[in-house]
Amino acid sequence: MDAVIDHTTELDARGLNCPLPVLKTRTALKALSTGDVLKMISSDAGSVNDIEAFCTQTGHGLLSSDQLGDDYIFHIRKA
Amino acid sequence: MNKMTAIKTDSDKTRAEFDKWFDERFEFKMKEMAENKTPSMAIIATKGTLDWAYPPFILASTAAALGWEVSIFFTFYGLLLLKKDLSDLKVTPVGNPAMPMKMPFGSESFQNINWPIPNAASSVIPGFENLASSLMRQTFKNKGVASIDELRELSLDADVSMHACQMTVDVFGFSENDFIDEVTSYCGAASFLPNAQKSDVTLFI
Repeated sequence: MDAVIDHTTELDARGLNCPLPVLKTRTALKALSTGDVLKMISSDAGSVNDIEAFCTQTGHGLLSSDQLGDDYIFHIRKA
Repeated sequence: MNKMTAIKTDSDKTRAEFDKWFDERFEFKMKEMAENKTPSMAIIATKGTLDWAYPPFILASTAAALGWEVSIFFTFYGLLLLKKDLSDLKVTPVGNPAMPMKMPFGSESFQNINWPIPNAASSVIPGFENLASSLMRQTFKNKGVASIDELRELSLDADVSMHACQMTVDVFGFSENDFIDEVTSYCGAASFLPNAQKSDVTLFI
């Protein structure tokens, strides 16, 4: 189930493989302001662990991590 | 006799209390230092084939995305990864029995076939290296894996510093014009090792 969370920007990283979902997420967050929320959609199953590790390390807030069919959906609040 | 005097007169107890205070304070400071420290990684990239071009750039770009300070020292064949034009990076199954030879087109079952091409054939067929290289490029593209150009660009964008080994540049007869302008420095082992010494992660690839 996809969490319903207001987001500022959406990043569709489907079809991209490791490490691109994380790299594109970083680039997308860079363009946002503190507190903004990024919704990221990935088709790479590795993203589940990688995005969590990315958020833990960088301090960005992982608001949700869900699977919807073949897609993995994340909401990340910029630190 | 009040409490303070009692502690002062009992040296064992004073010592124990000081040790306890120090241990707690030390643990707190160590944790504070670890939290405030920016992690760092130093990579030595020594290989210049299409397959081995991936590990240094994947690790560097990802570490930089995690907020780490990253530097790569390119030496010997690794220097080829700094060239302006990366389109001539090649890979070959010759002498590499671990490399699968698979087709990037056709049905899924066809794509999963590993073609057993003996070294004796792949080493004498003209253009085999080009064929193997373009098959690998196409397979990576089909699977959504970034190109080396893209990973290098993302690394540079995330401030990964890239150093070229001056000695190998001279030995191989390269000139600085062959390499991208973003090369941070042309230096030797003596310059890079002190950097690696201070890094949390050091890799030789």
